[in-house]
Amino acid sequence: MTSATTAHSVVEPSATTRRFAGSLVVLYAIITMIPLVWIMLTAFKSPDDAISYPPKVMFKPSLEGFCNLFTTRSRQTPEFIRSLGSPQGLCDSIARSRNMVVAGPSNYVPRFVNSLIIAFGSTVLAVALGTLSAYGFSRFRVPLKDDLLFFILSTRMMPPIAVAIPIYLMYRTIGLSDTRLGMILLYTSVNVSLAVWLLKGFIDEIPREYEEAAMIDGYTRFQAFVKVVLPQATTGIAATAIFCLIFAWNEYAFAVLLTSGNAQTAPPFIPIIIGEGGQDWPAVAAGTTLFLVPIVVFTVLLRKHLLRGITFGAVRK
Amino acid sequence: MAQIKVEALDKSFGAFHAVKSASFTVEDGQFLCLLGPSGCGKTTTLRMIAGLELPTAGTIRLDGEDVTMNRASARDIAFVFQLFALYPHMNVRRNICFPLKCEGIGVAERDRRVVEAARILRISHLLDRSVSGLAGGDRQRVALGRAIVRKPKCFLMDEPLGALDTEMRDAMIHELRALHDRLGATTVYVTHDQLEAMAMADRIAVMNNGVVEQVASPRDIYDRPASLFVADFIGSPPMNFLPFRGGLRTGAEAIRLGERDVAIPAAREATAESELVLGVRPEHVRFTDRGMVRGEVYGTEYLGTTQIVTVTTHYGALKARSPSSRSFRTGETVGLDFRPDTLSIFDKASGRAIRTALHEGGAHG
Repeated sequence: MTSATTAHSVVEPSATTRRFAGSLVVLYAIITMIPLVWIMLTAFKSPDDAISYPPKVMFKPSLEGFCNLFTTRSRQTPEFIRSLGSPQGLCDSIARSRNMVVAGPSNYVPRFVNSLIIAFGSTVLAVALGTLSAYGFSRFRVPLKDDLLFFILSTRMMPPIAVAIPIYLMYRTIGLSDTRLGMILLYTSVNVSLAVWLLKGFIDEIPREYEEAAMIDGYTRFQAFVKVVLPQATTGIAATAIFCLIFAWNEYAFAVLLTSGNAQTAPPFIPIIIGEGGQDWPAVAAGTTLFLVPIVVFTVLLRKHLLRGITFGAVRK
Repeated sequence: MAQIKVEALDKSFGAFHAVKSASFTVEDGQFLCLLGPSGCGKTTTLRMIAGLELPTAGTIRLDGEDVTMNRASARDIAFVFQLFALYPHMNVRRNICFPLKCEGIGVAERDRRVVEAARILRISHLLDRSVSGLAGGDRQRVALGRAIVRKPKCFLMDEPLGALDTEMRDAMIHELRALHDRLGATTVYVTHDQLEAMAMADRIAVMNNGVVEQVASPRDIYDRPASLFVADFIGSPPMNFLPFRGGLRTGAEAIRLGERDVAIPAAREATAESELVLGVRPEHVRFTDRGMVRGEVYGTEYLGTTQIVTVTTHYGALKARSPSSRSFRTGETVGLDFRPDTLSIFDKASGRAIRTALHEGGAHG
């Protein structure tokens, strides 16, 4: 025991307790990581290894999954293939070993770009709108404030898919179906309630004195908001942005329903990658693995802001 | 620097009437303390002068200009908050510099003024530190630095020493007053601590329940309280009150207290027969065997050079300040006498002080 009293507990946990808690955490982490690791392994398997029974843990790695993800191929006669000359690149040679030639790029890259535009677009919009309205709710006397906040929260009380049909009809009428703008607006409207509630909590914690001091120092309220409130709300904004991004990035049901060609995102595209004689599991796994990357990068980039309690010690409470 | 004139200022928050027709003037270069118990409306009054709250009625003039409805940023005043309100994402230098940045002052001039403010407040060595690591007194100096760097028309301070420990507070009281004298700045200072107010202020405005009860010099506030509230709030221990029934003619020089006549400063107004209160400061109570009030010693509080003796009398417990050389036994019967020229008379119903010769002694108004 280092000290008899700490801020949170009267007694420091014993070494045994610590070890037990630590191993529980590690065990839980392993359990949650297994599906992820399995997907990543599958991405590097050949189609035969991917569906072999019993499942193979040791296998010869192959990039066929990634090749199949990024290309479309057509089956040709061996005579035709031989007449083509040397294969162009790795994917072409893998395809030729299966009596196929690369016909062109697949739709994965455009779908992925759609996902990026729609997810980041709606996140930026939801966080921006959420920050402004959270500030308004936190600082001004808004008529019917509690009712409005409850109304905003209530939009999350039903599963979003419950309103899918009306939204589908509405989007078709006003020409928003299968457009990126439509998907950005849709995800923004779902996320903005979360953003308002999360950010209001963070902004409530920032003492009003900061803005008042800035306003007395000659700044307008908006300048005070930008120069004083926003920098102190970074932790909350970062956390909110990650939640919004994860939702918009993973959303499947609305994407299936409302997008087909133009604005289709990656989630509805990945599971329908069909190979020779059925589902092309290595390609699906490769698509999923790559799909995880932006969220991981975004979270790692914002990690610093998530962890830093920058208001610590600045105001004596 | 400027004169601040507050006229009939009113503020209601819904049904709660926080400030009721407050009027006072702070002359150019004066140090005014708004003093009162918590919830009396002193901070609301200050925030209205600053422009952080808009009054329900009344006017605020800065150097004659009506600024009642102006935005805080347009008033050219500085405000020091109780909780410092230092921007945590900026270091000391940038905190002090922040008010200058929106005035379009050149970088060289800004640096010069920040360094000068830091030198005045003796925090030059802290300029590049983060504000989160500073001790309470240094944080308060940085907050003051942010206030003085702009050379504003006046300083408003909302219990700036409230968050400091006693030792630091005593040191800062002297620093603040010295700073005020050096800058000649018009200052309005809110506090609930009468010692702070007495030590620093040129004039004190005592507030209670949203009403300004008295605006006067510390000496007048203490010696010539305008109301029962002021007499009770100021002084430790507070003034003794002896209720009696009687009327006063103009020029009367005594009141009838029980069986005895008590000499008072000559009355300057007449009152009809009513419930009145005689007010006596503990240091104006003398022990004498032929005293007009008799009682039993209940207990003593030793304060070093003096002691406070509590005596139970027909009029309730009275406190007297006596040199600590004299010893009292609990239960001892003593006679008490009052110094006539220092007594105050109040109307019990309104709490208002009856005008007497006492009020002609000093500068007031």
